[in-house]
Amino acid sequence: MTSLTDLTIAGIRDGFRKGDFSAREVADAFNGAVAGGKALNAFLIETPEHAVAAADEADRGRASGELRALSGVPLGIKDLFCTAGYQTTAASHILEGFVPTYESTITAKLFGAGAGMLGKLNLDQFAMGSSNETSAFGNVISPWRRNDGGTAPLAPGGSSGGSSAAIAARMVPGATGTDTGGSIRQPAAFTGISGIKPTYGRCSRWGVVAFASSLDQAGPMARDVRDCAILLENMAGFDPKDSTSLDLAVPQWEAGLSSDLKGKRIGIPKEYRVDGMPAEIEALWSQGIAWAKDAGAEIVEVSLPHTQYALPTYYIIAPAEASSNLARYDGVRYGQRVLPDHANLQDMYAATRAAGFGPEVKRRILIGTYVLSAGFYDAYYTKAQKVRALIARDFERAFEQCDVLLTPTAPSAAFGLGEKSADPLSMYLNDVFTVPASLAGLPAMSVPAGLDAQGLPLGLQIIGKPLDEQGVLNAGLAIEERAGFTARAGKWW
Amino acid sequence: MSSYRIQGATGEWEVVIGLEVHAQITTEAKLFSGASTKFGAEPNANVSLVDAAMPGMLPVPNKECIRQAVRTGMAIGAEIHRWSRFDRKNYFYADLPQGYQISQLYHPLVGEGSIQIEPEDGVSKTVGIERIHVEQDAGKLIHDQHPTRSYVDLNRSGVALMEIVSRPDMRSPAEAGAYLRKLRSILRYVGSCDGNMEEGSMRADVNVSVRKVGDELGTRTETKNVNSVRFVMAAIEYEANRQVDVIESGGKIVQETRLFDPDKTETRSMRSKEDAHDYRYFPDPDLLPLELDDAFLAECEASLPELPDAKRARYEGPLGLTPYAAGVLTADVETARWFEALLAEAAKAQGKPEADVAKAASNWLISDLFGALNRLGRDIANSPVSPAQGGQLLGLVADGTLSGSLAKQVFEIMLETGDDPAKIVDERGMRQTSDTGAIDAVIADVLAANADKVADYRGGKDKLFGFFVGQTMKAMAGKGNPGVVNERLKAALDG
Repeated sequence: MTSLTDLTIAGIRDGFRKGDFSAREVADAFNGAVAGGKALNAFLIETPEHAVAAADEADRGRASGELRALSGVPLGIKDLFCTAGYQTTAASHILEGFVPTYESTITAKLFGAGAGMLGKLNLDQFAMGSSNETSAFGNVISPWRRNDGGTAPLAPGGSSGGSSAAIAARMVPGATGTDTGGSIRQPAAFTGISGIKPTYGRCSRWGVVAFASSLDQAGPMARDVRDCAILLENMAGFDPKDSTSLDLAVPQWEAGLSSDLKGKRIGIPKEYRVDGMPAEIEALWSQGIAWAKDAGAEIVEVSLPHTQYALPTYYIIAPAEASSNLARYDGVRYGQRVLPDHANLQDMYAATRAAGFGPEVKRRILIGTYVLSAGFYDAYYTKAQKVRALIARDFERAFEQCDVLLTPTAPSAAFGLGEKSADPLSMYLNDVFTVPASLAGLPAMSVPAGLDAQGLPLGLQIIGKPLDEQGVLNAGLAIEERAGFTARAGKWW
Repeated sequence: MSSYRIQGATGEWEVVIGLEVHAQITTEAKLFSGASTKFGAEPNANVSLVDAAMPGMLPVPNKECIRQAVRTGMAIGAEIHRWSRFDRKNYFYADLPQGYQISQLYHPLVGEGSIQIEPEDGVSKTVGIERIHVEQDAGKLIHDQHPTRSYVDLNRSGVALMEIVSRPDMRSPAEAGAYLRKLRSILRYVGSCDGNMEEGSMRADVNVSVRKVGDELGTRTETKNVNSVRFVMAAIEYEANRQVDVIESGGKIVQETRLFDPDKTETRSMRSKEDAHDYRYFPDPDLLPLELDDAFLAECEASLPELPDAKRARYEGPLGLTPYAAGVLTADVETARWFEALLAEAAKAQGKPEADVAKAASNWLISDLFGALNRLGRDIANSPVSPAQGGQLLGLVADGTLSGSLAKQVFEIMLETGDDPAKIVDERGMRQTSDTGAIDAVIADVLAANADKVADYRGGKDKLFGFFVGQTMKAMAGKGNPGVVNERLKAALDG
């Protein structure tokens, strides 16, 4: 029998139901993996007792015939989700030591469905970053290494880098992520796992530390498409506490899974063939197109003419919202406060923020404050909102010709830690393929599709129409089945 | 037109006034959280996770606040915008836990409207209202309780306010006062704000500029958070005179924010435009635009009460009251409600249409009841006598049970005991008598005891008639029907 930690969520769920093993055995196995994986720095806090308590409850429930959707399944929780009684830091010093008295809607739903929590996962500070190098508590290290025998630590992607690393290293079978401009999809691609950002409004933002409200969306990260469907069913749903939440029934995505793409048209946006894209990415994309055809789909070329403006637009809107959302972190009501001698209120704010926010967060607050300032508002923010509308319209038009879009997830495989951190603009380019769908609020997922020459995972992205998570998952499944991605990181940690 | 002018060294100056009134919406819960809005709670008792801006908390609009603002807009004949949007106004201060206030800058809920005013110093006129938008109140900072610390009370943080922005249409302190009183009256009729300026549920930012009559608008100053009608009028007067003095002595008016000091009756500079905040407005991404449908608007419209102007017209028209009485009775919604309940009771007690009893009811309310309330230092909402009791009293006068003077006595007893007038009349035998036999007997005694005066009267001293009336009424302890007493006395004396 394979090790319990090698099982998928569906495998754990079904095996537990059949009585192949107890939930406690599963929890213990993953708790052990978490304890053994400290070298990756994927966890900010470990919560084995939470996982064990949920497992014991699942075991009792099974004995009394009560089985919930996620009974027996332990998960990792990105530390952007507020968890009652457990420290929630958003990987920042300013929230260090903050223990919410409340549970985010998403974690409440997951725990209510029987899941346990293995720990709170590291991330880029306030979810700002594409490499997990902006955490106040140190970088997450990808479990993957280049196949040249080198030991250079690689980025697990960001911002959900703790989530992606922990899943890829088999420390958790699945985890929550959040995606503002690609923070689920890009780390999924970097670490050879799957992740879906649902339609904006599918998942409640209540209790999730805000980065950019009009873009932030929670979603699942897991080993495969089916597991993503299972988790998403247990995360999505209307929440009256979130005004932007969609008041719609949650589809049965898992039951609806089908890799048969006959009658489906898959769009290939020509503008995504960016200059200087590595040949490997180009080749992977072509391979993806071939797989889609093999699954019965018709391929159509589509145009998203405003694609080139997506990144600049995103890097105006997201920091603008962030600069406002982060104004509440002032050292008064929670988290850390720095109070220099003889400090007045302004001094206290300044000292607290200087110490509490990392450089990337400060950079974005400054950009956001600048673009919202009275003299520049129209030139930047208003214009960005107009471009955002044009980008959304591009997608609407493209979806008149096709059902889903197929693109690479990221322009490269994982890079080494430190390789890009001195160059924020090159770092921002990581999100070039993921950001447009975020601006349009569309569902999009990354599935692992192959390895580059250095043996590192590469992902393909599927972007769907609003609310068509099923179409996205199905196309993802078709790719997944044909890619047969079985590579995994060698356990060096 | 107001003839209010400031007499300066260089001639007459005209004052131009606009008011931005912040009115707290009467609701149980705050604008974006379920926390209570109850006045007078312990500091920080009415604070939810949302109000305290805990991480991950999101605002959810309270529909009742929107409904009240829409009804208010309808009451001033304003355009209601079916599509409006909340914006964030970002600035850092300790009384604003989110670091921003949720307001409506670009797309307010209510557009242009107007109200009619009747200033005491001038003729009635229309004051334009530019917009009403909905926004959150801030918390309160208390700096003087501790040498080095400030205390923050977030009870008001997130409470729903309507900001009602007038056009600069007012030309005198009296017009501003009339505007504020009329606006307060409308808000109270609508029930969207209690208008209680002492508790801070209504306060005004006062924009004042001066100019030579007919000139372009001058530079204005804004005096913040003035919290009574009297203070608003005083602030305008002070500020207008100050501006004239500054200009006439060669200075320039700086566009700035000022504070009103009620103790010294003066305004003081708070901050100038140069160090004004850059508020960094943008649409709140946590909230969807507000879209109102026909059913909601129809419900708001249907729920509006008869408003002061319409009520006043009805009182003067069908009810036949004097303009003065109609004005007094409609100025305040509580008084109008009380009057209408009284009217209904009086009409019922007498089996007559309301129009037939309105004059008597209005006279009694304005002179007797208001007089008593004044004396007792109470307002009409706390009147010791109910409209039903007042109506019964008027009925007893109308059916001859009580004379006017007996009615006044009975009313005094009602004020003391709270008893119904019929009960007082029965228990104390205060019923007036029209029994000619009994009255004649008393008259006979009075005439017999004053034979000399009878002779004088009959000798031509007509004025003594009043003396005999008084003596007779006194002998009857005031219960004689004055008409009958008069008639029988005349008969007995003129015999």
